[in-house]
Amino acid sequence: MIDWVHPSVFLILGALFLPLFKGKAQRIYIVLLPLLALLTVMLMSLGVHGVFNVLGFELIFGRADKLSLAFAYVFSSAALIGAIYALHVKDVSQHVAAFIYAGSSLGATFAGDFLTLFLFWELMAFASVWLIWSRRVKASIEAGYRYLLVHAVGGLVLLAGIIILYVTTGSIRFDALQVRDAAFYLILIGFMLNAAVPPLHAWLTDAYPEATVTGAVFLSAFTTKTAVYALIRAYPGTEVLIWLGTIMALYGVVFAVLANDIRRLLGYHIISQVGYMVAAVGMGTALALNGAVAHAFTHILYKGLLFMGAGAVIQMTGRSKLSELGGIYRYMPITFVLYMIGGFSISAFPLFSGFVSKSMEVSAAADLHLTWIWLLLTLASAGTFLHTGLKLPYFTFLGDDCGARPTEPPRNMLVAMGIAAFLCIFIGVYPDWLYNMLPHDVEYHAYTATHVVWALQILLFTGLGFFMLVKHLGGSPMISLDLDWFYRKGAGIFMQFVYRVVVPIEDWFIQVYRSVFRGNLALGIKGLWLDKNVIDGAVNAIAAVVVRCAGALRQMQTGQLQHYALVMVGSLLILSLYSLF
Amino acid sequence: MDIGKILESLVNNTRTLKRVSYAVLALTVVIDFFISRHHHVFFWEDIPGFSAVYGFISCVLIVVVSKALGHYWLERSEDYYND
Repeated sequence: MIDWVHPSVFLILGALFLPLFKGKAQRIYIVLLPLLALLTVMLMSLGVHGVFNVLGFELIFGRADKLSLAFAYVFSSAALIGAIYALHVKDVSQHVAAFIYAGSSLGATFAGDFLTLFLFWELMAFASVWLIWSRRVKASIEAGYRYLLVHAVGGLVLLAGIIILYVTTGSIRFDALQVRDAAFYLILIGFMLNAAVPPLHAWLTDAYPEATVTGAVFLSAFTTKTAVYALIRAYPGTEVLIWLGTIMALYGVVFAVLANDIRRLLGYHIISQVGYMVAAVGMGTALALNGAVAHAFTHILYKGLLFMGAGAVIQMTGRSKLSELGGIYRYMPITFVLYMIGGFSISAFPLFSGFVSKSMEVSAAADLHLTWIWLLLTLASAGTFLHTGLKLPYFTFLGDDCGARPTEPPRNMLVAMGIAAFLCIFIGVYPDWLYNMLPHDVEYHAYTATHVVWALQILLFTGLGFFMLVKHLGGSPMISLDLDWFYRKGAGIFMQFVYRVVVPIEDWFIQVYRSVFRGNLALGIKGLWLDKNVIDGAVNAIAAVVVRCAGALRQMQTGQLQHYALVMVGSLLILSLYSLF
Repeated sequence: MDIGKILESLVNNTRTLKRVSYAVLALTVVIDFFISRHHHVFFWEDIPGFSAVYGFISCVLIVVVSKALGHYWLERSEDYYND
């Protein structure tokens, strides 16, 4: 009897058999795989399972505690919702890639050691890039390559950290890191890259808008939140993350103002939302860590819903820019309403899921008396409502009629959005269901009178500001520069610099060498002659004279005392005669 | 009733919608004067309507700062990376 099954077995191995099924059987199989993964997670008992000894390493594939189970629960739910949303897609390779991606995310979640984590971490990058490439347009292919290269670098940094950790401590256990050595920071950088912490974030907003409609729904769920899980596991209470996370929350908000592509706008709000989680990991208190888990849980559901809504618009209108959309609520009213449920959830309106999760992190900041962090995170939450709850839906569904006449998306897409929307409201109304899953036992009540009134004032007066400034907020057909500039344009400019400056300078040096140094060579030959014949000659001549004189003087040294006395007396006689005259 | 028709009637009655919205805005501030505050960390939690002002300022600040950054520094034509 098998007492433990890894849920990734269904998703990763199960996906490989997907091409064998056709038609209706294939659609049933597509829903069945994530459903089995979800059931496995729901039935999993706490404890450490699946331990293997490979080449002297203890590899742990199944560490099931409250933290990993909470993430596994929402990851497998997201896989199920995403699979239903993608059910109409005929391209089998996309389904396979999506399941391997979701399965490796679960694999990383249950990993008890860094090597197993690394294995699934890399598998995620290679499976997910397929969801970008599958759109099969030039922009997607290029963005996919950039995405892959950035993650390959991040993976290498992570691996370097793991190797140093093993060499210095002899352990690869995936637990909270204590010693702040090179391994600590290298692994942190690897995690931060996947969590899209600036300045390591640009891969996300570069690549996600170029993914397929269904692929972006998967992308929005797994990579960044697996990284949040890894940060909670290894870096709780690392103070630097408090400020990095807060900057991240604001960074996403600022860039979302400038975004014109609807999925790029949502991508910037992934960065913003994950910023709250990163900051909470930095705070490290039980309430903050619970908040990070709860926020990641609800975020996956409402961000998936928002990406599904945006994807439905893109699929049915063929347009993805705010400046080209507007007025389609008449034709896609169900999509609009479901999108708005996601919008209210991410904005943390009372009775929606963001309200009961994000507020834990902000309360944790208050408990630690982090005044600036509290003010800035609250400011960022106004920005969240401003963009995802107001700007995006207003200029997509309301606003001026863009002329598009879409219909509602296929039924399976609406069903997937409906499930996510239901969970957003369910968690908002009945937060204890979520709170019971959290790793720490902390008493927290979201629905106090002060908190509800506080949240409503912030949000509704943000709304007032939006409608006062609405004329200036429409999308413009522009793009905004972000740090991907450095490897998209910067690399090109660097090459131009090399071709136009470095290469000519090098050419010049070669010319100088050819004329001056080759001239010098001729001079050197002359110098050699001069050296040989003049300088050496002179030196040798002097030496010869000295030798000859010495020889002559030697003849004068007789060694007889009377001769020396004669010379001395003779000399005195000459000197005295000289002094007389 | 059809969701599309409900939305349609909401959009066609923006004046009523506006009045209701203003009433709700006012209500959230008025209520703030009457709720009991048992536990607080920051001094502004005792000021009724503070978060209304903070929310509004946040919104305007985000828009102005971001638009300025975009206008003077970050915005480029859509073909920027294709040249």
